[in-house]
Amino acid sequence: MTLKYPSQAVATPYFIAAIGLFVAQILFGLIIGLQYVVGDFLFPEIPFNVARMVHTNTLIVWLLMGFMGAAYYLIPEEAETDLHMPWLATLMFWVFLVAAALTVLGYLLVPYATLAEMTGNDLFPTMGREFLEQPTITKIGIVIVALAFIYNIGMTVLKGRKTVVSLVLLVGLVGLAVFFLFSFFNPLNLVQDKFWWWWTIHLWVEGVWELILGAILAFVLIKVTGVDREIVEKWLYVIIAMALITGLIGTGHHYYWIGAPEYWQWWGSVFSALEPIPFFMMAVFAFNMVNRRRRNHPNKAATLWALGCAVMAFLGAGVWGFLHTLSPVNYYTHGTQITAAHGHMAFYGAYVMINLAIISYAMPILRGREANGEKAQVLEMWSFWLMTVSMVFITLFLTAAGILQVYLQRYSDNPQSFMVVQDKIELFYWMRFFAGVVFLGGLVAYIWSFFVPGEKTAAQMAPVGQAGEGGSAVTPGV
Amino acid sequence: MAQAFTKEMARNIFYGGTVFFFLLFLALTFDTHLALPDRDRRELLDPETDLGQQIALGKKVWEDNNCVGCHSLLGEGAYFAPELGNVYTRYNNSTDGIIGFIKSRPKDGIPGRRSMPQFNLSDEELEGVAQFLKYASQIDAAGWPPNIEG
Ligand code: HEM
Ligand code: HEM
Ligand SMILES: [Fe+2]
Repeated sequence: MTLKYPSQAVATPYFIAAIGLFVAQILFGLIIGLQYVVGDFLFPEIPFNVARMVHTNTLIVWLLMGFMGAAYYLIPEEAETDLHMPWLATLMFWVFLVAAALTVLGYLLVPYATLAEMTGNDLFPTMGREFLEQPTITKIGIVIVALAFIYNIGMTVLKGRKTVVSLVLLVGLVGLAVFFLFSFFNPLNLVQDKFWWWWTIHLWVEGVWELILGAILAFVLIKVTGVDREIVEKWLYVIIAMALITGLIGTGHHYYWIGAPEYWQWWGSVFSALEPIPFFMMAVFAFNMVNRRRRNHPNKAATLWALGCAVMAFLGAGVWGFLHTLSPVNYYTHGTQITAAHGHMAFYGAYVMINLAIISYAMPILRGREANGEKAQVLEMWSFWLMTVSMVFITLFLTAAGILQVYLQRYSDNPQSFMVVQDKIELFYWMRFFAGVVFLGGLVAYIWSFFVPGEKTAAQMAPVGQAGEGGSAVTPGV
Repeated sequence: MAQAFTKEMARNIFYGGTVFFFLLFLALTFDTHLALPDRDRRELLDPETDLGQQIALGKKVWEDNNCVGCHSLLGEGAYFAPELGNVYTRYNNSTDGIIGFIKSRPKDGIPGRRSMPQFNLSDEELEGVAQFLKYASQIDAAGWPPNIEG
């Protein structure tokens, strides 16, 4: 099986680098997870804040790499034409990778203050804020890569077939670039600093990224289920409409306690309480499409990732988000392990899993086969369960730690100090660490599955698009 | 979904809803910025004053050393080390207490325990970061945190 459009091949290095950075992310997650209980681990060589920065920044960069790979893969297929400038996509890949590598090396090799000085942070201070720790020149690099990327994708869409999937993806990507610009705004006034910081952070994950998520999910579902595009597109519009209708003003759930007026407790609570709706619809949509499938795609693993993504995004973002989003609850849980519990499952369920879904679907094709062999898929599905179940446990342990933390430090009659409480809930941090080790095991299994030699299955030899309902013995992985 | 509900209707809800709620969000943002002067203590930030310059230096020190990579400030940041939005009040309204703590961190940490790095800040930087944290404690954060422990 060959690619429909040769230029789709530029996606391959993006996917590979994404997975490489994913490994780095998890290794550093384990380092900070251990530092939570063995406080002097790697101190003072790699202090907690440095390792945490590597953990969260590699996460963001690999998700962006994955989104770009996804767009380069799916846009030519949707537009039914080759990519406008494949060489530009390859060039930007290297620019992005080198910038990311240099930034991480900078974090690890010199003290952060030295890095700030070396990169001229005084001239244009943007560093030292959560998730936006990158030196200003790295941020400028990200903008250049994003512009070249959007230009390339946009031109491809313009010259080819314009589908709803491409359009929604494009709107999401433009939004991603536009809201990133707020990372350059860093006023001295702390309240304003925090207010606008959320225009990047919240309007990404609970705004425009949901469009990207919806578009990629729709693409994968169209491919693996063969369901009529009209139906998928209608769902997609409704989902993203609900995402933005609730999520824009939902930003208010971050404005309760940072100095903004009290009315945000109403606006934020009401609108963000509705934010689970689009995630719930995504889950219903995914199962609906798979149940109504018109073909049995041989790539069972990709179907599993797509369904898992919709379910886990609903749990992590919808359920765990709702848990602490009403202002009277958030008053007690704000900035505790409850926040960390939610952050982990939401990022994993929504954005890690959608990336793994598109990689799972596209990588076999990029490697010249419609789907991987049976053995490779079984291993990949093991990795799905290992990572997903261990992430559920990470979330549960952090939630338990968070409930105790809130009670002991903020709610009981004799509130205790932060560090005293941390000692008391140590057991849960140990359990989180071990769940993290299992997660790493799942990731190793995932990577291993790429190297399992393929044997041809009957389904694989059937020409694409002809394996209708009952046309093959393969059942989707539900 | 029922036939009567077409893709075009779904699309219109998306565009219409997005535009409407984005404009509403902008209006609220505008109103917030009108209300902020009474809440955010911006009068302390006047660059003409010594205090304003100290706070500006303090915010730079805060950012250049990535303090938010371990601590939270008004509940945002990391959860590895104590909340600092109210550290000034927790230290009995004393900037000297804050300075003394930062200054005395052991270079090689504390065996087996979490420890803050020794940043080797100058006296001026120490004063600045303490004034920055004092300023943060004076922002009207709607009664958060629930108690002195942060
Ligand atoms: C995929 C979507 C989402 C992702 C990736 C995500 C991720 C995160 C992360 C990483 C944080 C911590 C930010 C920080 O460090 O300060 C956070 C905070 C928060 N999230 Fe989400 N989130 C998502 C969706 C939602 C939804 C749908 C809701 C509400 C229903 C929600 C409610 C909250 C709240 C209330 C906070 C603030 C917690 C605090 O006060 O400490 N999130 N989210
Ligand atoms: C081996 C598994 C992992 C471990 C042990 C781990 C550990 C940690 C720790 C200790 C923190 C810092 C919490 C703090 O600020 O005090 C953190 C933050 C974070 N991690 Fe992980 N992590 C793991 C996997 C992941 C995965 C798979 C994701 C993404 C899907 C992720 C996303 C995040 C995010 C978004 C934050 C910032 C959270 C916030 O600000 O609320 N981590 N992680
Ligand atoms: Fe949010």
